[in-house]
Parts: sequence; structure tokens; C-alpha cells
Amino acid sequence: MTMEKLVEKYFRPGRLPHIWCPGCGNGIVTGAIVKAIDKLELAKDDVAVISGIGCSSRASGYLDFNTANTLHGRAIPIASGVKMGDPRLNVIVVTGDGDSTAIGGNHIIHAARRNIDLTVVIFNNNIYGMTGGQYSPLTPIHSKATTAPYTTIEPAFNIPELVKAAGATFVARATTFHAQILADVIAQGIAHKGFSVIEAVSACPISFGRQNKMGGPADMMKWQRDHGVPLAAWDKMTDEQKEGKFPIGVLHHDTSKQEYTDAYDGIIKTAQGGK
Amino acid sequence: MSKILLLQGNQAVVEGAIAAGVKFFGGYPITPSTEIAEQLAERLPEVGGKFMQMEDEIAGIGAIVGAALTGKKVMTATSGPGFSLKQEFIGMACSSEIPMVIVDVQRVGPSTGQPTSPSQGEIMQARWGTHGDHWLIALTPASVPECFDLTLRAYALSEKYRVPVILLMDEVIGHMREKIELPDTYADIPQAERKQPTVPPEKFLPYSVDESLVPAMPAFGSGYRWHVTGLVHDETGFPKGTPEATLAAQNRLRAKIENNVDDIVQVENYKMEDAEFAVIAFGGAARTAYESVDMARKEGLKVGLVRPITIWPFAEKQVKELAEKVNGILVHELNCGQYVLEVERVVAGKVPVHLYGKYDNEAATPQELLDEIKKAMANK
Repeated sequence: MTMEKLVEKYFRPGRLPHIWCPGCGNGIVTGAIVKAIDKLELAKDDVAVISGIGCSSRASGYLDFNTANTLHGRAIPIASGVKMGDPRLNVIVVTGDGDSTAIGGNHIIHAARRNIDLTVVIFNNNIYGMTGGQYSPLTPIHSKATTAPYTTIEPAFNIPELVKAAGATFVARATTFHAQILADVIAQGIAHKGFSVIEAVSACPISFGRQNKMGGPADMMKWQRDHGVPLAAWDKMTDEQKEGKFPIGVLHHDTSKQEYTDAYDGIIKTAQGGK
Repeated sequence: MSKILLLQGNQAVVEGAIAAGVKFFGGYPITPSTEIAEQLAERLPEVGGKFMQMEDEIAGIGAIVGAALTGKKVMTATSGPGFSLKQEFIGMACSSEIPMVIVDVQRVGPSTGQPTSPSQGEIMQARWGTHGDHWLIALTPASVPECFDLTLRAYALSEKYRVPVILLMDEVIGHMREKIELPDTYADIPQAERKQPTVPPEKFLPYSVDESLVPAMPAFGSGYRWHVTGLVHDETGFPKGTPEATLAAQNRLRAKIENNVDDIVQVENYKMEDAEFAVIAFGGAARTAYESVDMARKEGLKVGLVRPITIWPFAEKQVKELAEKVNGILVHELNCGQYVLEVERVVAGKVPVHLYGKYDNEAATPQELLDEIKKAMANK
């Protein structure tokens, strides 16, 4: 389906234009989410999109599903409640790097540990965009930010390694340059029964790129092209070649762990005496 | 048929929640409310409900927001420090109009304070804890049977007005054991219904209202796809930040509560028929006050007790009438004086308003309160 048709089918009439700046990657990530939903042929009534606060979290309002634009950092607990309340729903969390790994950092590791069936799409633009360019836990060390005029001295998280260690059973990464791979891994994440995290490497030319002399939106996408390496190629690279680059694709997939709402159904059976 | 049990206040809240049809609890352990979580962990799955111990207090209330969106009746329970942490979500529940009951079993504060000792230090926090102007309901039980009854009532009000209701307990009531008569089955207990749309999904505007000013709330997954936000929104549910939209949104949230204070506000009068002097006390402090009033009566003093059951909205009409009837009022609360500020505002100098605030980790004895009543009566 063309993007135009996807917009017609899955975006709410009258809600566009969006609030994002020219050159922002959020539209590509949001597009990849609806492509994934379309690929899986999910009914709109059966999808819930829960977001926190920040630029990327505004996506929920544009999409024609059961949606909530909630509190900063708190999308995952709310999504957990939605999933527990109605396990039939495909629950997708739309969140940013600051939303999910700073203020919401506690929630993401515990949801991963529980292996609750949520699909978390992290729009990682390496910065707090909505508030104008402060460093986040995903801002690369030695970058400039409005709150790091002398550059940051904090190393960034590696999101896939973090959530994998915490217990996530599906972990993937792609970039807005690799838009088709991004849509594919989001679809696989939604189809996976368990806690899925997809890091969508995105660009914020205004609040991150400009401060760090990354060039314009096209330059930042070229950077993604040159630094994001498909897994098959990544595995053949030497440590030296990997320096400064990152793998994209499905990085971890474990179907052996019981999903949380399924496990809770077992609790209900036990409490009701096996009835 | 019914059964007679000896239960803690916290346990009576649990039974009230099950009877009210609660199907989801999210929370975090904290003294002195922990028994509510422990017992719902056991009771909820028995009735097909679910319990989640979350990673922190914020996630506890966050999870119940999510479950409420799927049409479930939901509860979280906490005490002082946890109540502070939940405040941002209480604001979201006011703004997005998400029905829920938050139980706060008050303990001594501020900070870690005295976790196992009684206090009523969260009267003002219950009303004004979250940022911004907002309107909500808080109820305060004074006995174990009333913990059960007010839990049911909390759900009736929360669903009817689509507003968070705070069940504002204190350590005395939460941990006190008393006799309670409960029905053998809760099947006959009326269940509070959430208003549902009367128009098909394509015509549904999530925040449009009839004369009740309360919008319908279909569940996620029901075929009505709508958007929830804590941003100022209009009847479409989407953000709209104009002065007109902001004013309209706030005025409706205010009016849906303030227009219905006669339905929401309950006050008990004890020996007030011929009273010339009134004690105002609630929750655990009211238990002292019943006894002190009886002792005063034995001495021939015409003293009565006015016990607010609804703490918020404030019992403005009842207190105004009281000021016409008695020649003095003593507010007794387990804090340095919070509820008394509202009493003073409404009495507005008509009769003297005295405070006996107790904040030393212990409830007052009936004799201590009687002494304060006598002192206040002598001063008029």
C-alpha cells in the first residue's frame, strides 16, 4: 500500500499536519508503525497505541486506534494495565529516548523482566527535542546539548543490550534511513508474544544536528546509512571495523519464555481451584 | 444470609472492592496500607480479577489508568510517601476523567515520618496535591463497617462523575479490628455502571456531554476508538489550547462536581439535636470524639459531634448551617490544623472556631479531647 493510502486508512482525518519540524524522523517511524500494522492486517479496534510525553509521543494522537498520550515516562505502566485489562489488544508503546530510558527507565526494565506482551517503539533522536535540545541518556558522549555547552561527559545507553539484559524477548534496531527494515522489525515485534523493543534511530536536525554540526536532514540520514550495519554484514566485521557503528535488524528473539498475561491466567486458574 | 466477621479496616476495604466489582489493582507495598495489596493479591484472581505489584508507586497508579481504559473498575492503595508520588497521575485522571479509587492510609509525615503511627496530615494534599486547579472527591471512613460501605460508595461516585475518588483513611481506621456484618455473596450488591455512548462510533465525540456534564466512556477495544490526553482538550478529545477551550474544559470539570455537592457530600450528626457546642472530627479522630461527647453529656454539657464523611468537596452548606445553630465549634484533627482552615473560611467569624490538633504520633484520649472541649466552651 502506498504511504498516501496508509495515511488515509490509519491516520485520523483532520489531525494533520503534525507538529514535527521539517526534516524530523518521527514521521518515518510513525509510517513504519502503520506499515507494520497493515502488514499484519490488524483491525484498528484491536490496536492500542500508548505514548508518554515528548515529540514522538505526539504520534498517538494522529493514529486512528485506541490511543493515549499520557505522562512523561509513564507510557509503559499504562500500557501494562491496558494489556492486563484486555489481553486481546495489540498494545504498542510509542516513546522517545528520554521518555523511555531516563524518566521511564525503571518501567522499561521491569516490563522487560515480566515479559508482558507490549511492543515498545523507541524513537531515538539522541536528544530532548520538545524542550529544545537538552542531553538525554542516548546523547553520545562528548556531544553538545543546551545543557552540555562544554559537551557531555556521560556515556549513552545501548538500548538493545539494556533491555535484553533486563529480560526482553524480542529486541531489534533499525534507522529511518533503513525504513523498510524498520517496518519489518516492528511487524515482527508486534507478532512476537512477549516484551518487544524496537530502537528506531531517528534524526533531530533542529535540536541535535545543528548543535553538533551534523548537517541537514539528508546528511543525518546519510550518517544513519553509513553507521547502521545490517546484522549479516555486522557479524563478518572486525572489532576495528565495528568502531562507531551499530548493528541493525533483529538482535535478540527468544520464544522460550512465558508471557506475563498468560502466566497470570495460570494464577487465576489456581486461585479458582483449577475450575 | 450474612456472616459476622472481625476485620481490620484495610481488610474491609478489600471486601468492599471485591463487592464493588474491582477487577484490577496495581500498587506497591507501603505501611500502613500494605494489607490491602496483600489481600487483593489473593482475592482478585478468585473473582477473575488481576493484581500487579508494580516497580514503584507511580507505576501502580499508571497501571490502573491503563486497566480503567479497558472498562475495568480499578484500585490502588498507598500511604504518605506513596501518595505524594501518585499525585501527577491523579491530575491526569482528573483531566482525562478516568474513574479510579486511590486508597490513602495516612501515616505521620512529612517524609518517612512515623510509618506505623496515625495522622491525618494529608487532608490538604488530598485536595490540592496535584498541580493545577482540579476537582475530585475524598471520603473518610470512621469504622471498619464504614470502610466497606465507603469503598462501595467511592466506586458509585467515581463511575457516576468520572472522577478519581480518594478513600482517605488513617492508620487508626486501617489497622483497627471491629465487628462487621457482610453478605455471604456480593451478587446482589448493585454495581456502579460507567456511562456508555448512545451514538454509533462514527458519530462519537468522547468529551461531548449532556446536562449531567459527564461524558460517556467506552472501553478500548469496544469499537469506539478515542484519544486520551492530559493536555487541555475539547469535546473531540484532541489537544486544544485556546483560552476559550481551556475555560470551557475547566468550567465543566468544576461544575460536574460543584453542581452535585448535595449528592456527593455526606455528614453525620451525633447528638446534635439540642447541641449548643459542636465538635467537628472525622476518621480515627471521630472515634475519640464520640466518646468525649458522651462524657460531656454525662456532665450536662450540650455538646454534639459533626462528622464529615465526605472530606472533599468541603461540606460548605452543612458547616454554614452549623454556625447558625451552635455558639462555638472545636475542630479535632490529627495534624496541626488543616480541615479547620476550611471551617474558619466558611464560618467566617460567626462563632468562635477552636482547634485541637494532635500531631505527636498518637490519637487523643477521650479525656484529653473533653478537656479541650471544656476549655473551648469556657472561651466561647
